[in-house]
Amino acid sequence: MKQIKRFFKLLLRSSTGTAGMVIVILICLCAVFAGQLAPHDPNAMDLTNMTKPPAWMEGGDWSHVLGTDNLGRDILSRMLYGSQISLVVGILATLTSGAVGMVLGLVSGYYGGVTDHVIMRVADAFYAIPGILLALVTLMVFKSSGIVTLVLVIAAISWVQYARLIRSEVLRLKGKEFVKASKTLGASSGYIIFHHILPNVWPSFIVVSTMSVAGSIITEASLSFLGVGIQAPLISWGGMLSDGRVLLATHWWVATFPGIMITVAILGITFLGNWLRDVLDPHNKGL
Amino acid sequence: MSEAYLKKEPCLLEVQGLKMLFPTGGSILGKNKRYVHAVDGVSFSLRAGETLGIVGESGCGKSTVGNLIVRLLKETEGRILFDGHDITAMSARQFKPLRKEMQMVFQDPFSSLNPRKKVFDIIAEPYHIQTKMSSAEIRKNVEYMMELVGLDKSYQNRYPHEFSGGQRQRIGIARALALKPKLVICDEPVSALDVSIQAQILNLLKDLQEELQLTYIFIAHGLPTVQYISDRIAVMYLGKIMELAPERELFEHTMHPYTEGLLDAIPVGDPTKRDEEDKPILEGDLPSPLNLPKGCRFCSRCKYAQQICAQKEPELAEVTPGHYVCCHFPLIASEEKKSE
Repeated sequence: MKQIKRFFKLLLRSSTGTAGMVIVILICLCAVFAGQLAPHDPNAMDLTNMTKPPAWMEGGDWSHVLGTDNLGRDILSRMLYGSQISLVVGILATLTSGAVGMVLGLVSGYYGGVTDHVIMRVADAFYAIPGILLALVTLMVFKSSGIVTLVLVIAAISWVQYARLIRSEVLRLKGKEFVKASKTLGASSGYIIFHHILPNVWPSFIVVSTMSVAGSIITEASLSFLGVGIQAPLISWGGMLSDGRVLLATHWWVATFPGIMITVAILGITFLGNWLRDVLDPHNKGL
Repeated sequence: MSEAYLKKEPCLLEVQGLKMLFPTGGSILGKNKRYVHAVDGVSFSLRAGETLGIVGESGCGKSTVGNLIVRLLKETEGRILFDGHDITAMSARQFKPLRKEMQMVFQDPFSSLNPRKKVFDIIAEPYHIQTKMSSAEIRKNVEYMMELVGLDKSYQNRYPHEFSGGQRQRIGIARALALKPKLVICDEPVSALDVSIQAQILNLLKDLQEELQLTYIFIAHGLPTVQYISDRIAVMYLGKIMELAPERELFEHTMHPYTEGLLDAIPVGDPTKRDEEDKPILEGDLPSPLNLPKGCRFCSRCKYAQQICAQKEPELAEVTPGHYVCCHFPLIASEEKKSE
């Protein structure tokens, strides 16, 4: 209870942190309550109401607040449902790549030697190929674009940053005298990793994970925009952008609103991540 | 504790021909490997209850000797006998119970305590690793240890960053002594502290030695600190012991030119006693431990060096009872002192 109170006290002290938190909470609420909030069925086509402009423009009306796309589907409803996919993909991809990167980074940094060489060379190889390209090719080859495949592909291109970060942190911590002290007490490698290394790696891991949720959302949006990501009837922000692209000159709202949504979401998560980095820094006393 | 070396106390630790070479450079295939001779044939023995000071410039291998004794490093050559057991021949599993008997106090009180652990957990760690005590017993022991090193037990829920350097060092000492070890290796425990705090910590170590019958190896880079706490002093240079003698003997009958240089480097407090003409005896830098000079390793900086010094390496020999010197002309230094 005291911890939670302290957390909010620290949060309110930072305006960007608060903004980030509010945005993230709002998006989560949108995703969870999309069914209740959405005024229309997101996939219902209404050919009498095609490319209707937003409510405040001439020709718009309040039944479609943000207008409709070229098939008469309500943009607001689609955006609300789209947040589900974006969040699910973003979080799952981060958890997967985080777990893989964490384990490989720990092993690589702590045990060193040949293991370290092998893991880091594989990481270099992954890093040498542009991520989106790798994802594009993989998704095309496997010809499947379910959420699971997409998550795995995004994880495959982003585990490297975790592995590198964790490895360098472990290398730094391994030389600290408190680790030496633990060794002279006879502690096992497992004890040292869980009691001394992990608690000190955790803060940077949390910060990078937060940022990585944003990165994964962007990757998902890009892949969907390129047509290999989320496929209809599932809705994603990137897919909506893609649909609206051809209409940009004549019906700007179809692509603009999902675009704004992506930007706001990324901004919010990044704000939150930056704030977490400041708060979790041991010199700022931690939480 | 004092002059335990004269009494026939049992021998607690014996180090025989210890060598530690660190490979450096070369390709990953092992070609062109060169070695840093961090410790190059060190032997000494230690009686229960005494304090052996080890001094030397940075890079002379003094900390490596400490790390080798507590098995943080695996030696290249040599034997270490602890209480009669050869610990260099033991596996990690066999050695674990013996770890209780030898602990280390570290140099940097900021890096030696995990910043994310509370004082209580830091001092409780030895009990968690080495014993099966109940949490009530651990609490009792931790509180006792905190009291022993002069920390208020109300501090136990604080984090290390809330303490000063001296207090942090006390926490480190409490952790090292928690399992009631016989041998404590103090690796420059005061060199990172303010001068006013140094004396407090040294006195604490002295008091604890008396109270718990500890044997110390006290590593430092300056003679004055070591002089204060040691019964015997070993002077190391480039991985070898140059001179090993009882504390008073070393200061009064200095036999090695390097020790003379170290003594000369101690600043004189009284300005009227300073000799304006006095040029420092020790000049220049350490030769690289990668290519040790042939012959005596000190001869490049020694003002008494003769031809033989550059050709033949001297051995550590007992010149007067208990006083070992590694020099071809050990008396030169002391004779010149007398004539002054």
